[in-house]
Amino acid sequence: MKEELFVSGRNIPNIDPYLNIWHWEIPLYLFLGGLAAGLIFFAAYFVVRGKEKEMPATVKWAPMIAPIALIVGLSALFLDLSHKLYFWQLYTTIRFSSPMSWGAWTLLLITPLSMIWVASYMRDMFPKWDWKFKFLYKFEAWVISVRKPFAWVMMILALILGVYTGILLSAFNARPLWNTSILGPLFLVSGFSTGLAAAIWMSKDKNERKVLSRIDLIFIGVELFLIIHLFMGFMAGTAVATEAAALFLGGQFTISFWVFVVLLGLIFPATLETIELWGYHVPKWMPPALILFGGLMFRFVMVEAGQITRFLY
Amino acid sequence: MRYAMAIDTLKCVGCGDCVVACQTENNVPHGYCRDWIVENVNGTYPSLDLEFRSERCNHCDNAPCVRCCPTGASHIEKGGIVVVTHDECIGCGACIQSCPYDARYQHPDGYVDKCTFCMHRVEKGQNPACVDVCPTECLHFGDLDDPNSKVSLALKNRTHKVLAPEAGTKPQLYFLT
Amino acid sequence: MKTRRDFIKISTAGAGATALGFSALGAKGFSFFESDKQGPVSDEDLTPYPTYCEVCFWKCAGWTYVDKKGEIRKIIGNNDDPHCNGRLCPRGTGGVGMYYDEDRLKTPLIRETKADGTQYYRKASWDEALDLVAEKMDKLRKEHGPECLALFSHGSGGKMLTHLVKAFGTPNITAPSFAQCRGPREVAFTATFGEDVMSPERTDIRDTKCLVLIGSHIGENMHNGQIQEMSHAIENKATIITVDPRFSTAASHSKYWLPIKPATDIALLLAWIHVIINEELYDKDYIEKYAFGFDELKEHVKNNTPEWAYGITTIEPHIIRATAREMAAAAPSTLVHPGRHVTWYGDDTQRSRAIAILNALLGSWGRRGGFYNPEKVHLPTFPHPPYPKPTRSWKDAYPDNKYNLVTEVLSTGICDATIPNADLNCHLRGWIVYGTNLMASLPDQRKTLEAINNLDFLVVIDTMPMDITGYADVVLPECTYLERYDFVRTSPHREPALALRMPAVQPKYDSKPNWWIAKNLASRLGLEAYFKWDKIEDVIDWQLKQVGSSLEEMQRIGVKKFKREYDDLFWLEGLPDFEFNTNTGKIELYSTELANEEFDPIPKYTHHPEPEQGYYRLNYGRAPMHTFSRTSNNHNLWDLMDENSVWINPKVADLWEIKNNQYIWLKNQDGVVSSFPVKARVTERIRWDSVYMVHGFGHTNKKLTRAYGKGGSDSELVTRVVMDPIMGGTGMRGNFVTFILENPAKENKEDKA
Repeated sequence: MKEELFVSGRNIPNIDPYLNIWHWEIPLYLFLGGLAAGLIFFAAYFVVRGKEKEMPATVKWAPMIAPIALIVGLSALFLDLSHKLYFWQLYTTIRFSSPMSWGAWTLLLITPLSMIWVASYMRDMFPKWDWKFKFLYKFEAWVISVRKPFAWVMMILALILGVYTGILLSAFNARPLWNTSILGPLFLVSGFSTGLAAAIWMSKDKNERKVLSRIDLIFIGVELFLIIHLFMGFMAGTAVATEAAALFLGGQFTISFWVFVVLLGLIFPATLETIELWGYHVPKWMPPALILFGGLMFRFVMVEAGQITRFLY
Repeated sequence: MRYAMAIDTLKCVGCGDCVVACQTENNVPHGYCRDWIVENVNGTYPSLDLEFRSERCNHCDNAPCVRCCPTGASHIEKGGIVVVTHDECIGCGACIQSCPYDARYQHPDGYVDKCTFCMHRVEKGQNPACVDVCPTECLHFGDLDDPNSKVSLALKNRTHKVLAPEAGTKPQLYFLT
Repeated sequence: MKTRRDFIKISTAGAGATALGFSALGAKGFSFFESDKQGPVSDEDLTPYPTYCEVCFWKCAGWTYVDKKGEIRKIIGNNDDPHCNGRLCPRGTGGVGMYYDEDRLKTPLIRETKADGTQYYRKASWDEALDLVAEKMDKLRKEHGPECLALFSHGSGGKMLTHLVKAFGTPNITAPSFAQCRGPREVAFTATFGEDVMSPERTDIRDTKCLVLIGSHIGENMHNGQIQEMSHAIENKATIITVDPRFSTAASHSKYWLPIKPATDIALLLAWIHVIINEELYDKDYIEKYAFGFDELKEHVKNNTPEWAYGITTIEPHIIRATAREMAAAAPSTLVHPGRHVTWYGDDTQRSRAIAILNALLGSWGRRGGFYNPEKVHLPTFPHPPYPKPTRSWKDAYPDNKYNLVTEVLSTGICDATIPNADLNCHLRGWIVYGTNLMASLPDQRKTLEAINNLDFLVVIDTMPMDITGYADVVLPECTYLERYDFVRTSPHREPALALRMPAVQPKYDSKPNWWIAKNLASRLGLEAYFKWDKIEDVIDWQLKQVGSSLEEMQRIGVKKFKREYDDLFWLEGLPDFEFNTNTGKIELYSTELANEEFDPIPKYTHHPEPEQGYYRLNYGRAPMHTFSRTSNNHNLWDLMDENSVWINPKVADLWEIKNNQYIWLKNQDGVVSSFPVKARVTERIRWDSVYMVHGFGHTNKKLTRAYGKGGSDSELVTRVVMDPIMGGTGMRGNFVTFILENPAKENKEDKA
């Protein structure tokens, strides 16, 4: 029998008996960040591809969610800080070794840019919209004139943002569940898939929905592949990795992960989307709602479970 | 200069004096601690093995907490001491997640806090409070670059180990076995 | 008329709002860790005041560091002090928590009874409280004689009260440290060597080459000097042999751990003696020169072979032989440690005798690495009139001249003498309890309560609302050791030394030092002649000046070392002529003293009761971060350990389906169930036939806001006490417990329904 005890009665809030320093704020933030990244990426992608007209929801309407998601996400992040009055210290330095630092800077760029993106389509969407000031009209005209390069910038920033949500976790080698390079692509793909789901939900155009659904199916496929890959990696890993995987394979997160994230959040909506593509009727809200729910669940599970995993010594 | 600590597990009785001394020296709030004791029992009665370890921040050479700090509040001071500047810390918790030793905690005032090797004492040539109080004298502190320092001599004459070397942090807390 | 004493849970007694003046005083005086004082302060900005520690009896000298705001920041050991060598133990370091404890007794309290019969404490002024105590004492003196008063005292502060009650005229002054702790050892060593072991123990662990611990858990009992010296011994690669049914901390640091079956130690000791004699490993010159009764001993142990002992102790014969040879090889620097808390099975004096005999055979008494000759500075007492001669004492409760070998007053004897019985011409009617929580320090709480209920009055002087405090008629709040002067510490050691305790800060709340209480009681009792001084500083200064120091000097240095009068630290090195203070003038392997009193002159193994099926022997011990039940509410130490647990072997736990960290209840052989649930620690460190608990938890006084209800009290489960016939020690290790997995209180409720 092996037992380990903290004799000194260590019972530090949020640290003992197991780490629980990040609560709902961080997974929500990661979810909203991924969602915004997906929305922005595909809006920009279809602009670059010159398909603004065919994909109106993706390019114009859905991106309206992005700045809201980012602001709510940032607020959640701010709420999570325990030394809030000093948050400005984030912007006194750039630290490349810290994903948190370059994430903060990326957000500082992408949040206003996403607002500009939405603003540049305001008069497209609401013909009666009045910018009131002349310089705003001038600015709008300039943005529209550089829309393609703007879209390129947004695509790159969205990729960084999407990957960042995963790397934020994977950079912590002390938490074996997170410490895998698959987490970056996995969070990216998952975030993009939630972005697509939001666009599908908002789209009223049948063809646009079809295009988006096809892309989404590919992303879901990749995501499932990455999840399998993740666990194969853990199972082939060291004791700490297999212990991390055990949380999902019979451990306390088994049901929340495999049932809610994988089955209800990925496989079931993917099946529904496929059925819909075959021409059967499926409630329109259902697949995207499930995907969004699955994406949120996924982040909650990963953040919660990851904090429990630790080195054994 | 490279400060390090060697902890003699053959002498430690796990009394927790280091913990109280740290608490009073550094005004650590009740319910928190910068150092702690781990009791490890192995085997089956009566073939048993018991190890007490007085643990604290490992002041790693390759400190993940410093790497992941977004503001630079966590940094490395002279002699390799890892320190948090309270007024630069935003309390994001990244460093807490990054530490394989769970050596950091959020101070009730918000910033992240941890062992400083009693830098305010070390600067004046004193030992950390835990080292000076230990009734078994099982804690040895000093400069690894000085071959005659207590810690250098202890490491030279004894077998030792570090915790979770596979984490790659190059910890500077050595446990004499 | 005597009224039953209801236990009053000081502040939560629900006896009406007026009952307790605590609400007004409950304001947070606890500002130690307020944010404006964040972070460390360097030593230059702190003022150190000398003190010696009062958290345990080791009394290490140190410095109390006070910051510029007058707040105590830390306590650090005094480098010149032989007790601690500059290193306090966790309790000494955490002594600050005693001062800052917001649950402290803050004002004198007087028990009152309301019209409806409920009892409560009324906040009182010192004058009022002292007048009442003096009135009761005076009444007792006039009606029954001063001998009907008893004082229980523990700690250095008790000396002044001892002086007071001696002046008052009673001989009944006791401390639980004799009959509940080290008594058997002192009697046994005195019977063998003519001298006792003393405190701090005269054991030369520092220089020993072989340290033998029998049930002594150094490392868990945090006797600072012994821990430090054991660490030196480990450094010096000394062989450590630990005999303990539990894998103790010391056992884990030992070369040999002998996991003995509980209650069989004497068999092992006799087998060791057998091997050492039969293999002629004993110190022949030493024995020949100093010992009396070797042949009788040899004859006595001739059948106590390791094979015989194996059947009793479960220790394999080859291990017994190997350890005996290790001891002999290191002799005379072999120390078979006499232990401290040795009241286990009722034959404890005999077991301690066996230990003394073993040390004698190895020649370690008076030799380096064995037992040294301690010396202390003799401080003359401040002149006072002679004490009145008492005509009766507690011993009259035992008409058949029992306990002739008892060297101190038995605390349990005081209890016996308080409960009226036909043989007594005067039972005790008034108690003053100073600094000891009798509910936890005496075995068999029911008997203690019976005694308390027969008292005319009970005065408790303490710093904290302990369990005993709730039974008092008058509660007097003392200030902590950090806020007062006490008599200078002079205790025996290798080098004689004095240590001063002076206040670092003014007393918090309305608390007063013991000397002030004693002096003010004396003036009310007409005993002014015994207190012819204004402040205790005058007495201390006078005493110090008699030995060439002064209060002023001691305030500066804290500890003053003196040269030994004689160079006889190891007085038997070289085997000089020496007359021992025994009947024969020799080391008595065969005790003539015990023989005269018709006790076994050489120890014998006797079989002790064993637990029935489903029951486990209740062993108890200490944790390094707590002193008995005194420190469990100290915030700094509570942080380290806030509750105890009951250690259960995994095999036993499996049988009962008890999980690690599960809360369970314990029931003993007499049906007593623990008041609170105790956490199970399922661990290989304990034998399957016994369980283990750290003593001092499970407080019943709700006023101890942190400690109340935390953990289990071993004391309440110790209801079977085996008296040591030689010296009245209370053997407490013969109690057996079983487990209750469901809350028994719930079951009772259901039964009633």
